[in-house]
Formats: sequence, C-alpha cells, structure tokens
Amino acid sequence: MHVCLELFAVFAKIGAFTFGGGYAMIPLIQREAAARRHWIREEDMLDILAIAESTPGPIAINAATFIGRKVAGVRGAVCATVGVVLPSFVIISAISLALQAFQHLRAVRYAFWGIRAGVLALILRALWSLFTKCHKDAFSCAVMALALAAVAFFRVSAILVIAAAALAGIVYSRLRRREEGTR
Amino acid sequence: MIYLELFATFFRVGLFTFGGGYAMLPLIQREVLAHGWLTQAEIIDFIAVGESTPGPFAVNLSTYVGMVTAGLSGALCATAGVVLPSFLVILLVARFYDRFRRSRLVEGAMTGLRPAVIGLIAAALLSLGREVFLREQALMTPAFAVRAGILLLVAALAFRKVHPILLIALSAGIGIAAGFLFGL
Repeated sequence: MHVCLELFAVFAKIGAFTFGGGYAMIPLIQREAAARRHWIREEDMLDILAIAESTPGPIAINAATFIGRKVAGVRGAVCATVGVVLPSFVIISAISLALQAFQHLRAVRYAFWGIRAGVLALILRALWSLFTKCHKDAFSCAVMALALAAVAFFRVSAILVIAAAALAGIVYSRLRRREEGTR
Repeated sequence: MIYLELFATFFRVGLFTFGGGYAMLPLIQREVLAHGWLTQAEIIDFIAVGESTPGPFAVNLSTYVGMVTAGLSGALCATAGVVLPSFLVILLVARFYDRFRRSRLVEGAMTGLRPAVIGLIAAALLSLGREVFLREQALMTPAFAVRAGILLLVAALAFRKVHPILLIALSAGIGIAAGFLFGL
C-alpha cells in the first residue's frame, strides 16, 4: 500500500476509536506508529508528546502532522492529519442532525438536564488531574490565580491571558537562571 | 460572511490553545457566546456529546458549532480553521526539531502556560457552574437538590476512574427518571 494511503488509514483508525481526545490517543499512536510500523522509535514518542504540548492546537492533530511529515513529507502530514480528523467530522455531522431532530423530545431534554450537572463533575476531575501534575511553586500558583481572576471576574480575553502568561514565564525563567548564575 | 467568520474564529481558537482537551474550553466559550452561535447550556450539552464520541474534542466541537450555524460547509470551515494552526506550526517546528526541543524560550513560555491553562479551565468551570446551578433553577428547590446529587455522585465516581461515557449515561438516566417522576 502506498505510504500516504497507509498514513491516512492508520490515523483514521486512531481517530475513530479513541474517546476523550489527545492523551487517550497516545497509547494507540505508540502501538500503530512505533511498535507495529516503525515509523518512529519508541523513545520519539516522548519528544512528540512534549512538542505537541508546547505547540498550539489539539494534541492529536499535532502528533498526526508530526509523524506524517516524518514518514512522507508534507504530503504525509496532510494524509495523517486528514485521517485523524475525518472520523470525528463525519460522526459529529451526523449527530448534530440527529440532535436537532430529537431535541424536542421530553426524554432527551431531561437527559441533557441531568447530563449538564454530570459534565461539570467531569471537567472538575480533569482540572484536578492537571492541577496535581502541575509543578507548584509561588510563580505558578500566582499565574493560576491571576488567570482565573482575570477571566472569571474581570472578563479579560483568554487569548490575552495566554500571551501574558507565556511572556511572564519567559521573563521568570530568565531571571531565575540569572539568579542561579550569580550564586 | 459566516463561513469566513467560522474559519477565522476557530483558527484563533486553535492558535491559542495549548495542551488540548478542556484547555480549549475558555476560548471557545467566549468566542461562541460572543457570536451567539450557542448558549451556555448548549455548550455544556455538547461537551457531553464530545466526551461520548471518538476523536479529538476540539475537532468535535468545531464541527458541531459549524454544523449548527451554517450546515456542512460551515462545519468544514470551522474544522479547517481549528486544525490549520497546529498543522502549520508543527510543519515549521519539525524542521527545527532539536533546536525547538531545547529552546529556553519555549521552556520558559511553558512554565507560564501550564499554570495559566489551569486557571483558565477553572474560570470556564465557574461560569458553566453558575449557569447550571444558579440560572437554570432556583436555589434549594428539589431540582437543585437532584442536580447537586448528580454532581457529587459523578465526581465521586470520576475520581474512582469510572469511564466518562458511563458517567454521562448515568447522569442522563437520573435526569430522565427525575424528569418523569417530578415533572421538572
């Protein structure tokens, strides 16, 4: 099979069978791209994850683009990325039509009434796991609190907060390095 | 022009989201509410749909918003918009792979971005919580109690690593039962 077609097929499979987005895809990507096809080495996976986390956009897209490019250049990147996106696109398009058709049913309205409360708990759970994984020093706690306050109470745009936080991080790391250098 | 607006909006969302998943929530929330494309309640409903369907959350959400605002072409524009920044940035970064990986600038930016994303998600959660618990029904009514119960139960199970899809099904079941029993 032509390698571009194979990239498309493998990433379409990954897109179609992982629930919960980015991180849930990592083990599958590892098995398909590293263990089975040797497109990347096992240890490359960690680098890919680090790069995917420090570049904008969904992790799944980042990983697909990166591996596709490595295997077959820009054309490979296009095939892998389209592959990982396509299943979601098709499924969600169908679901949105179904939702529009059924949303007037009482059972559906009640179901979503309950779901709305449950989803808050799921976000809380995800937030907690990010919080426990994050390195907590005075600087990062301050950034967390400021970002929360800025958006929740002062309606600052999230984009502005992201840009300011990146800048603050750069300045802070530079100052800390300088301090360590003089000691 | 709605198509261009969908593309530009989701391009912005894709460009400024770091870390994937819920990190995108605060941006999407603001943009989508400002345009009047979805209500707060619809956003929450869609999070549940996104959690119970395969694929990256961001792609699911942008496809959905595009679809309900401008049909299939709208979905195509929104999805292309959210995917394109990642795609272009990765093509660029892959070229300077080693330099990027060891860049102090990138590492520094990440020390600020990681905690900021947590603060942003917390802010999004607060505003969604306000909607569900304070706006959709009065405080201390039976409906409020049922929902508080769902929240606590699902939170407890989620921390015991029960699968999100099961938890969404459970919340839906309780919602349907409560709805028909008490006529909410």
